Amino acid sequence: MRGFWKLLLVQAKLYLREPVATFFTVIYPPLMLLLFGAIYGNKPTPFFGGRGTMDVTVPAYIGLIIVTVGLIGLPIGAAAARESGVLRRFRATPLHPLAYILSDIASYLSMTVIGVLMLILTGAIVFHIRFEGSVASVLVGFLLGTTGFFALGYLIAGLAPTARAAQTVGMVLAFPMMFLSGATIPLEVLPAKVQVISPYIPLTYVVSLIKGLWFGDPWSQHWTEIAVLVGCLLVGGAIAARTFRWE
Amino acid sequence: MGIAVEVNDLYKLYRAVRAVDGVSFTVEEGEIFGMVGPNGAGKTTTIECVEGLRRPDRGTVRVLGLDPQRDGYELRRRIGVQLQEASLPPRLKVWEALDLFSSFYPHRVDGKALLEQLGLADKRNAAFEKLSAGQKQRLFIALALINDPELVFLDELTTGLDPQARRAMWDLVRGIRERGKTVFLTTHFMEEAERLCDRVAIIDHGKIVALDTPENLIRSLGAEQRVVFTVDGQWDDTPLRGMPGVTRVEHIGERTVVYGRGEGLVGGVVGALERMGVRFRDLRTEQPTMEDVFLALTGRVLRE
Repeated sequence: MRGFWKLLLVQAKLYLREPVATFFTVIYPPLMLLLFGAIYGNKPTPFFGGRGTMDVTVPAYIGLIIVTVGLIGLPIGAAAARESGVLRRFRATPLHPLAYILSDIASYLSMTVIGVLMLILTGAIVFHIRFEGSVASVLVGFLLGTTGFFALGYLIAGLAPTARAAQTVGMVLAFPMMFLSGATIPLEVLPAKVQVISPYIPLTYVVSLIKGLWFGDPWSQHWTEIAVLVGCLLVGGAIAARTFRWE
Repeated sequence: MGIAVEVNDLYKLYRAVRAVDGVSFTVEEGEIFGMVGPNGAGKTTTIECVEGLRRPDRGTVRVLGLDPQRDGYELRRRIGVQLQEASLPPRLKVWEALDLFSSFYPHRVDGKALLEQLGLADKRNAAFEKLSAGQKQRLFIALALINDPELVFLDELTTGLDPQARRAMWDLVRGIRERGKTVFLTTHFMEEAERLCDRVAIIDHGKIVALDTPENLIRSLGAEQRVVFTVDGQWDDTPLRGMPGVTRVEHIGERTVVYGRGEGLVGGVVGALERMGVRFRDLRTEQPTMEDVFLALTGRVLRE
C-alpha cells in the first residue's frame, strides 16, 4: 500500500482547491441550514412529532452532502482523471491499483465527513438541535449510505465515455433526488402525488435511515433501507469494477 | 555491455490492423536507442508493450531480465517512463507531484536536486496547469527520473516544443546517458534521431526497415553530398562537370548545386571556380541526412 497516505493527502488538497466542490460540500449545507433556520426557527411542532424543523433538517441534510459528493464530485473527478491521462501516468508507476482506488474513496469520504461535521456543528451551536440516537449507529448508517452512493458514483464514471458526460448524468440524477427524497424538503411537506416517486429514489433510503437512527430507531425498523443501500453498494461496485478502465 | 531490452517477434493487432508486425530488436545498456518513424508506424505501441502497459498479441519481451506482463510491479520500480499522452491534476503543484511520485518507490533521488537540474527550481510552487509545454515535459522527465531508474523510456519527448526547447531537451537526454542510464526513445523527427541516438531503428507500417547507428545508416545509403553556391551572371560550368567525383550539376536560378562523392569534393569545386575566375558567394555543403535515409527506405518524406 505504498503511496496510499501521500495520495490521500494530495487528493484531499486537490479537492479543497476546487472552490465549487468545496463550497457545495462544506459551506452550502450549513448556509442553507442558517437560511431556513432564520425562516422557520426550531420550535417543537406536532407536525414533526414534537421536534423542531431544524432538528429534522440536520440529519436529512446529511443525505444532501452524500448525494453531492457521491453523484457529482466523485464521478466528475474519476472520469476526468481517466480522460486527462492522470490514471495512465499512475499506471506507469509501481502504485498498486487498490492503493489508488482506496485513497480515492478515502479522500471523498473525508470531504463528506468534513461537510457533515460542519453541518452538525452549525445545527448544534446555532439551533441547539436534538440528538436522540447513538453516535455509533448513526456513523454506521452514514457509512452505509456513503459507500452505497460512492459505488453509484464510480458506476457513472465507468459507464460515461467522458468527464462531461459523467457530470451531466450525475447532475441529472442528483438534483431531482435532492428534492424528492426528503433530503432538502421533508417528505411530509410534499404533495401525495409527488411522494409516490420517493420510494424509487435511492437517496430516500439514505435520508430515512440516518434520520431514523438519529432519533433512536432500532436497526430492525430499517431493513428496507439496509437492503437497498447494500444493493447499491454491491451492484454499483460490481459494475464499476467491470467498467473500470485506465484510459 | 549487457542487454537492457530484448524484443522478439512482437505482434500487436488493433481490430484488423497490425499496429506492430513482427518486430525484433535489442537495446544495450548505456545507449540511447531511438525508434523513429511517422505517426501511426507502431512506435508507441511497441514502447508501451516494452513498458508493460500493453499486452502483446504474440512475441516475447524481456526488460532488465523481467517479463513486463508477469513482473510488472518489480519492473516499474526500476524503470522511468515519460508517456506520450499523460497528464497530472491541473492544480497539483510541481513539488507535490515529485513528492507524491517519490512515495511510490522504495528507492529515490532528491527531488529538489532534480528540479534544479531540469531548470524547474523556480517553478516548485507552480500548479501543473500553469506550466508551459516545455516545463510540463521537463516535469514529466523529472518524474521519470525520481526513482533513479536503470532504464528510461521517452515517448515523443519533444513533440510540441519549439526548436530551442527541443535542443535543450537533447542535452538533458545526453545527461541521462552520461549518468550511466539506458534511454529508449521514440520520435518522428529524423534530425532528433540523428543528433541524439547511438542507434536508430526505423519503423514503418509496424515493421523495422533498418537498424544501425545514424552514421552507418547514412553511409550505407551511399548518398551524394551537395555543394551549393551562388554566382551572379553567366558562366560556363563545363570544367566542373568533368571533375572526378562529380556526378551532376544543376542550376536553380542563380544558385548552382554540384552533386558528388569523395573527400575532396568541396576543395575541388572551390579550386576549379577560382581557376576559372568565377566569383561565387554563399557556398555551403549539404551532407545526406536521416531524412534521405528514410526517403530511400520508404519512398516517402517524413514531415511533421
